Amino acid sequence: MTILETRPVVARPEGGSLIEQFELGLDAPICLTWELTYACNLECAHCLSSSGRRDPRELSTEQCKAVIDELQRMQVFYVNIGGGEPTIRPDFWELLDYAVSHDVGVKFSTNGVRLNPERARFLASTDYVDVQISLDGATPEVNDYVRGPGSFDTAITALANLQDAGFKDAKISVVCTRQNIGQLDEFKAIADQYGATLRLTRLRPSGRGADVWDELHPLPEQQRELYDWLVANGENVLTGDSFFHLSAFGVADGGSALPGLNLCGAGRVVCLIDPIGDVYACPFAIHDNFLAGNVLADGGFETVWQRSELFTELRSPQTSGACTSCAFFDACRGGCMAAKFFTGLPLDGPDPECVRGFGEDALASGDRVLPPQGKDHSKANPTRNQPVMLTLSRRDDALAVQATKPPVSACAENPLAGFTL
Amino acid sequence: MTTTDQMLAEAWDLSPAVALRPEPFGAMAYHFGNRKLTFLKRMQLVDVVRGLAAHPDVRSTLQSVGVAEAQWPGYVAALQGLAATDMIRPRATDQARSVQEGAA
Repeated sequence: MTILETRPVVARPEGGSLIEQFELGLDAPICLTWELTYACNLECAHCLSSSGRRDPRELSTEQCKAVIDELQRMQVFYVNIGGGEPTIRPDFWELLDYAVSHDVGVKFSTNGVRLNPERARFLASTDYVDVQISLDGATPEVNDYVRGPGSFDTAITALANLQDAGFKDAKISVVCTRQNIGQLDEFKAIADQYGATLRLTRLRPSGRGADVWDELHPLPEQQRELYDWLVANGENVLTGDSFFHLSAFGVADGGSALPGLNLCGAGRVVCLIDPIGDVYACPFAIHDNFLAGNVLADGGFETVWQRSELFTELRSPQTSGACTSCAFFDACRGGCMAAKFFTGLPLDGPDPECVRGFGEDALASGDRVLPPQGKDHSKANPTRNQPVMLTLSRRDDALAVQATKPPVSACAENPLAGFTL
Repeated sequence: MTTTDQMLAEAWDLSPAVALRPEPFGAMAYHFGNRKLTFLKRMQLVDVVRGLAAHPDVRSTLQSVGVAEAQWPGYVAALQGLAATDMIRPRATDQARSVQEGAA
């Protein structure tokens, strides 16, 4: 990571489209993500930031307040706070208060562990704070499989506490997986029940997500199901612009792209500050290749945002390789940089979940090398909150044998054979 | 009178809940109340929005910024868009304001 001596001057088209302007970068991010801690009570199988243990270099309360002061000066009006589990930082509520009173609105993501009735009442009394509860299954079976035992109940209890306290319009944030795409209507029903808004996001192969992506990323027909559901329900559902790689479906249907920017905002309009003050191009790219600088070591966030070599490069015209000749290039613009990087695909090629199937072809070609993850804060030893990710099933051949041949003895089939309960 | 003519004759202000953040191509407008975000894609439009409060009506604001008359309908449409999300709001008339100030 390098910080340039002076801020690069970029020629701007007068009156160009907003997308063209965004690709060249903004003076400050529209909204940035700030992971306050890598510590977490859970160990979700697909955690983007490989969270678990607190990093001993974590920014102090005073250092965090200095970052907030700078965000206020830069007129960053909104920050997404996450982690880890941000609410287990002892100074979380103090920092929340500090941000809001300095014109920096907060939306924080939580698994709900600290949202007891008292905290829920406090949140209901604040303005300018949004709460987003993570829920990755509409049933405990599906949710707890990836988020760990008891996490469904924790999330639902938090939602109930918020509703009882009169907190309006909490968000329920769902990472869409192979296992929960069939539950979209059920998620919507849960959101409606608790007076909340549903927010759907894409499973990224980042952090520990790389370990489970092959098993959990939606199948091609599920992508279509998801897209159709978004088109049918989109007005009341948030997506954080997450699914722009699906926009080609709409264009192929003769319609238009999904609402939103449909653009990779990494280092251009968004970025991530991690718990030790490292600045990455986007929340899904916690990796040295996307590290722009550090707020402590490199002269503050504004300097990193405006003068880092990495962000300057991301704001310069990109080549999109084979995708440029695709009829749907304007709809998806090559997809998600992080998804390509962490599946070992070239950044100037198709997204691994390209709706035309080019990503699958590239994945199958076999000559890709997965990048080492390197920024792992996972807990060193197993804990009771860890997801197990095992399902019990019977071997197909065992079932077939059972159906066709009588057991050699009653006990060979079942110790309770012959008994009726 | 068309809606364009009507707005040209009206007095408008930047909403007190809105902050304008300069950007290389114009500005980003953020409304602290309804949390809506919008972008002003031209420097001249930013000057117009910033100038509204100092002028008796939209017409004189456009003149002061030097917007060619042929472009006025476009600018008025942009202002109407901003008004729809309360980024700008009609200024209270002098009479109404003096009543308010008298009460304060």
